[in-house]
Amino acid sequence: MVIYRIDGSLEGILCAVFEWFERKPGKIKLIDKKNYQPDAFSDTLEIFNDTKKADRVWKGLQKKLDKIWLRRCYCCFLSEQNEALNNLFEFICYVFSSPEGSTSNYGNTYVLAVAKMARKVEREKHRMEAFIRFQHSADGIFYCGIEPDFNVLPLILNHFQKRYADQRWIIYDLKRHYGLYYNLDLVEEIRMEISEERNLNKPSANRDSEKESLYSILWKDYFKSTNITSRKNTKLHLQHVPKRYWKYLTEKQLGS
Amino acid sequence: MSERIREKLNILADAAKYDVSCSSSGGTRKNDNKGLGDSHASGICHTYTEDGRCVSLLKILLTNHCIFDCAYCVSRKSNDIERAAFSVEEVVSLTMNFYRRNYIEGLFLSSGIFKNADFTMERLLRVVKKLRLEERFNGYIHLKTIPGASDDLIREAGMYADRMSINLEMPTEQGLKLLAPDKSHNDVIKPLGMVQNHIIQFKEERKLIKKVPKFVPAGQSTQMVIGATPETDKEIMHTADTFYKNFSLKRVYYSGYIPISNDNRLPILGTQPPLIRENRLYQTDWLMRFYGFNVNELLNDANPHLDIDIDPKLSWALRNLQHFPVDINVAPYQLILRIPGIGLGSAKKIVEARKFGKLRIDQLKKIGVAYNRARHFIKCADTPYQLKDYQGTQIKSFILAESKSKYLKNDFNQISLF
Repeated sequence: MVIYRIDGSLEGILCAVFEWFERKPGKIKLIDKKNYQPDAFSDTLEIFNDTKKADRVWKGLQKKLDKIWLRRCYCCFLSEQNEALNNLFEFICYVFSSPEGSTSNYGNTYVLAVAKMARKVEREKHRMEAFIRFQHSADGIFYCGIEPDFNVLPLILNHFQKRYADQRWIIYDLKRHYGLYYNLDLVEEIRMEISEERNLNKPSANRDSEKESLYSILWKDYFKSTNITSRKNTKLHLQHVPKRYWKYLTEKQLGS
Repeated sequence: MSERIREKLNILADAAKYDVSCSSSGGTRKNDNKGLGDSHASGICHTYTEDGRCVSLLKILLTNHCIFDCAYCVSRKSNDIERAAFSVEEVVSLTMNFYRRNYIEGLFLSSGIFKNADFTMERLLRVVKKLRLEERFNGYIHLKTIPGASDDLIREAGMYADRMSINLEMPTEQGLKLLAPDKSHNDVIKPLGMVQNHIIQFKEERKLIKKVPKFVPAGQSTQMVIGATPETDKEIMHTADTFYKNFSLKRVYYSGYIPISNDNRLPILGTQPPLIRENRLYQTDWLMRFYGFNVNELLNDANPHLDIDIDPKLSWALRNLQHFPVDINVAPYQLILRIPGIGLGSAKKIVEARKFGKLRIDQLKKIGVAYNRARHFIKCADTPYQLKDYQGTQIKSFILAESKSKYLKNDFNQISLF
């Protein structure tokens, strides 16, 4: 087996596909540089990114796949999981070597794997649309820091831009150290200093506008009052709102 | 100031929580005025209460003062509770500020009836108009229709709301008469019919002139209280079916009755709400709306009640074993949908995937079929040969033996005799 060492970008995967079709080495394994450890029993091929090759593969894919499947591929890539990247690679190779319509073959391992991974990523995207809680700061910007399992910022951009067209906001991914800033006109990518990042979700005197604490209290009140105690169902609650998201949910913060 | 608004919110959210509708889906409202909000067809649940119900809308009453005295209602006149009323401005500012922080998808506004129906409806209308016209709010608005309000007010409100609803309260007229002597199903039928006619009329006009505004784009819904009165599941679902058909409702909600007072017409305080029954009714509702079942197939004079221990689809299959086993690789989609353990998603995938070759057990499992359940009802490429024909009761015991019911714990609570 040959190991293809890629840089973890979508371009890298597409170039790997290009190389595979040129060499046809049989079964290969993709490994992101970050996770690479030399292996005595297999050869390693370094994949260098080449925009031309990547473009050719992507254009080819566009001919083979409809919009839904192109998005699934992109979602699968955003999962950043090594296994998912390999499945994506195998899936692309499968699509190129099969006739039209091969994507509805849910009996195929890779078709199913890519569809499933894409679903997970879409679910995370949906959860971020639901669980983001903005804090209004004295400087007039609505802030939020998040740590999604997958890299979903590119997927939620559109949603928040359309929805909050009349307020400035920042959504920051603390895990991946980049964020989105909407300035009432367009959304740009931003990066903060680590020290700045840490303050993002902490309410601080100069950051918080006075109204802010009132509305977070009102929201917590509402969350409590709307619950029906005699129907308590903790299992269901946890299934819908997994604990790992709690630290960013206003209604889950202690104190009134 | 802030203390009073907290108090009001607590009282008026608490009183509104028994309205189970929480949907924020079905309507699209584009943010094309550079305002706030943009609604999708899919809707978003922003959080879930500790009882596991979705919170997507700020669900409040405008007031819990009420001139009526319906036995099942917390806000009834004779109940000794704290009363409060929001001003129009307060509701608007709560909605806007909650939405700005991404807490909610929009507003669900209902109200007790103060003074009279028109006076109340007029207030509700002022809230929605202010939100839409002054605040340029494009989030979701679900408005409760006040029974008895004039056609003009209801019609105007429908121009700004996404969904309107009005509760049937009890599944049958007799049940309703018992608990709310002043009310009748006709009070509900009239406005439901009115709104439906307007919806149709506006749609027709939109076909001719693009500029005609949308009218209640996310449609109408209703709610029935379950378990307060002795109706059978058959009566409940047949009522639901009739309302779905006659008023093209988007949803019927079933709300398990939670005892809130000592009234000898009602279950005593402390009785567990009928959660499993509620769940089975929703499953039946789903089978009717998405799986092509006719209500008579599921509930009829021979089977007036849904099984508590198994879901209605399995229960139908066990009563109709003559249709099984179904051959996954050739059966039409409609029939595959009827197999226990196969949902809408896997049914679609099966029909797509079998074009590429006969499907085997391991593939079905991967596609997402609950194979342990489905295996009693299907044939696929490598189904093992079976000599014996099992009876429905045997299959049921196999399935029950290997499945862990999530209700098992609650089960004891509910069946307990005292």
